Amino acid sequence: MNAKLTAKDFATSQEVRWCPGCGDYAILKAVQKALADVGADPANTAFVSGIGCASRFPYYVETYGFHTIHGRAPAIATGLKLANPDLDVWVVTGDGDGLSIGGNHLMHALRRNVGLKILLFNNEIYGLTKGQYSPTSRIGTTSPSSPRGSVDNPVSPGQFALGCGARFFARGIDTDKAGMADVLQQAHAFHGAALIEIFQNCIVYNEDVFADFTGRKDAANSQLHLEHGKPMLFGDDRGKGIRFDRETWSLQVIDAIESPDEVLVHDEGNATLARLLIELHQPVALGVIYRQPAQSFEDAFYAHHPSRMQRSKSVADVIKGPSSWTVD
Amino acid sequence: MIKNKDVHSIVVRLAGDSGDGIQLMGSQFAVSTALAGADFATFPDYPAEIRAPVGTTFGVSAYQINLGGGPITTAGDAPQVLVAFNPAALKVSLPLLDRGALVIVNNDAFTPRNLAKAGYESDPREDGTLGDYQLVAADIGHLNLEAVKEFGLSKSEGGRCKNFYALGMLLWMFDRDLAPIEAWISRRLAAIPTMRDANIKALHAGHAFGETAELSASLAQIAVPQANMEAGEYRSITGAEALALGVAAAGELAGRAVLFCSYPITPASPLLHRLTQLAELGVGTFQAEDEIAAVCAAIGASYGGMIGVTSSSGPGIALKTEAMGLAVSAELPLVIVNWQRGGPSTGLPTKTEQSDLYQAVYGRNADTPIPVLAAATSGECFQMAIEATRIALRHMTPVILLVDGYLSNAAEPWKIPALDEFEPIASNPVPDSDATPQRRAFARDPATHGRPWVTPGMPGLMHRIGGLEKDLETGHISYDPANHQRMTNLRAAKVESVADFLDDQSLEHGPDSGDLVVVGWGSTYGPIYQATQRTGTGFIHLRHLNPLPGNLATLLQRFDKVLVPEMNNGQLATLLRDKLAVEPVSFTKVTGQPFLIRELVDKIEEVRGGRA
Repeated sequence: MNAKLTAKDFATSQEVRWCPGCGDYAILKAVQKALADVGADPANTAFVSGIGCASRFPYYVETYGFHTIHGRAPAIATGLKLANPDLDVWVVTGDGDGLSIGGNHLMHALRRNVGLKILLFNNEIYGLTKGQYSPTSRIGTTSPSSPRGSVDNPVSPGQFALGCGARFFARGIDTDKAGMADVLQQAHAFHGAALIEIFQNCIVYNEDVFADFTGRKDAANSQLHLEHGKPMLFGDDRGKGIRFDRETWSLQVIDAIESPDEVLVHDEGNATLARLLIELHQPVALGVIYRQPAQSFEDAFYAHHPSRMQRSKSVADVIKGPSSWTVD
Repeated sequence: MIKNKDVHSIVVRLAGDSGDGIQLMGSQFAVSTALAGADFATFPDYPAEIRAPVGTTFGVSAYQINLGGGPITTAGDAPQVLVAFNPAALKVSLPLLDRGALVIVNNDAFTPRNLAKAGYESDPREDGTLGDYQLVAADIGHLNLEAVKEFGLSKSEGGRCKNFYALGMLLWMFDRDLAPIEAWISRRLAAIPTMRDANIKALHAGHAFGETAELSASLAQIAVPQANMEAGEYRSITGAEALALGVAAAGELAGRAVLFCSYPITPASPLLHRLTQLAELGVGTFQAEDEIAAVCAAIGASYGGMIGVTSSSGPGIALKTEAMGLAVSAELPLVIVNWQRGGPSTGLPTKTEQSDLYQAVYGRNADTPIPVLAAATSGECFQMAIEATRIALRHMTPVILLVDGYLSNAAEPWKIPALDEFEPIASNPVPDSDATPQRRAFARDPATHGRPWVTPGMPGLMHRIGGLEKDLETGHISYDPANHQRMTNLRAAKVESVADFLDDQSLEHGPDSGDLVVVGWGSTYGPIYQATQRTGTGFIHLRHLNPLPGNLATLLQRFDKVLVPEMNNGQLATLLRDKLAVEPVSFTKVTGQPFLIRELVDKIEEVRGGRA
């Protein structure tokens, strides 16, 4: 076996061509480091992407890589995973690629629970086509295609995923090294479809759209880092907590020092709690929000295939059909 | 009148409501015909609705079979026997019939209401409409119910046996053995013993009715000779069955598993259904969420080292087009089967056409050439699936296989091929070299321009592919203008190089030079074969449409005129004009029905200026 690989071993010879300061650089570094940390075998790893800024990702990772067409990466990755279930298959997509043109494929990859690690770079804008509003843009987003502000209601990646039957949903912030390392490793270890929504800063077309909670200065008060089985605490000195309000069926911030017993404990397997956490805006929930393992699609596919995709018979054995006759 | 009990060949048409079980009855009659040693060809002709309104002309489902001493290559021009389950079936079928045809009708369906629904103002059994035909009006409906009474079925359950009652009559007329059909019913309905026994009883009762009717001289037995076919073992096969076996055989010849990815669409779905039953041949099936996902999953499978195959019909192929371009750009193998149906748009989903030739040859953005093949007959779908896969792996390219839609369910006798008659299908090995994995993945064979099939999981060969233009040598992204020209040339040369591996185009029969040659493709093989034989005309049938066989131009130059019959608005004629600079006479038909032999004979004579 080779010596342990480092993040650098997962970099390719290709010059990275994102805009200077783009959040994608940090995500690339985090992924390269995570691959090294989990001991990924480059030959047994494939990155599949669609179209968009994020989708250039495979060119920069020293594994197998396939830059495909707009929105279709989950479908191509599904075929790849069925052909070789032993591969680690990562899908790289964006809010436009994954939730607009490719929403259908993302839906079905999630509900089938295909063993894919899906990185959804959400920057709430179309970057590569020069700044049009996207399906995750908030109402009122001004852009070249919505100069008077967008009028359509955005989709929530988390609610979408849970609605599709996703069994792993996590969130990370592009520049949050520790948080990204955690969710990438957890996603890698998950046997099934693992969707990570990454808040990614597009410095050219949508700068600081997540600044209200991604800024380091006030991170303690604006971010809730979840850990399964641990109380939901945040704030300076972890003095604030999250409680469930029975009147409004929503989550509320409380003083955790004053009412420690009311602070909720995170349960990754609780889909209802996950839905509430996704809707929480102050603070924003990060880390593994939902995880409920089940048989993966590829496992079910092979388990139900009578010969596990092997050739146990020849065409010659069946070619005669139900009845044949001989002409002399 | 069919008084001659000995005929060389005979055309039988079964017609009824779409819920009457006509297709089942027809396919079982075809099986019986096969086992009796006759040659045959069938044409299943059914409506787009699963259960169209009962008794209407647009709800008529029909199954036509031409059987006899052979060679039989079409389902026949004009039926000499019609079994009509209701007035609408009679109304729709009557204009097709041979004068003097035997017309068997189900009396019980000739109610005033059904006559009105079919648009009959008076009863055609009595008003002279059938004066030129030999009418056998039988009480099929209630005789069948009588026969199955003992099983205590509801009226609708009992009524569902009437197709087997009528099949029993037919089997008596053609002096057939009931045992194979009985065995089939027993297998098919094993889980529902009452229905199994009732259908077998109906079959026997219909058979007995034939004998009784003979006594009253209204029915006669018809003796059809066995066909003089090449020695060997035969079976009955439909296009979907042959293509499924061909796809599995291609996997076996290549030593690879096959992943078949598709989305339900008429008339392509039978291939998906057949392939689910061939799992043990190393075939997996994936029903995708849409047409695009189907082709994309197939591309993903090919990327992963399985043979990726997808299938659809014209509208679905349109959706797959962008992904097909990706497979061209990424130089991945892929087989795309198009069961052509009438269009544009949803068009005539259950009716056959050949109108996707432009789509296959020309229908993509940019300069995106793809090899295109077409199967002539149901049985030939087997060979063409193997050929398509061979080209896909040799040249590392998607390949389109066109099949005329009705061949999906059309049965014919098929000489069972031995798999060892086929060369193994090789895939391009990865060259030993010190070059970077990226370069090695694109080290193309100079004769085929096919690159090595490097798949994820192979140690030390990690590289990146995609839809962006890549450098000819290094395989890295390249926006260099001169490189794009070279890559465009390469993609064109790759598809042209397929022709280097083809046998010379030859004639099916007829003089190899002279005043006229008829050029066909796809399922028009059958009627053109007969029409050219009858008129002593040369017949060229194309199975490779892109690229065309290299000698085709010189072959066509030996004739004064080139006649191109096709079931579209002149697409092969355009292709020949474009590629070979010939000026063919185009003869087209887009009625959703195959050419009749006599239509082609007439046209050949017309083009020849009256000379037969």
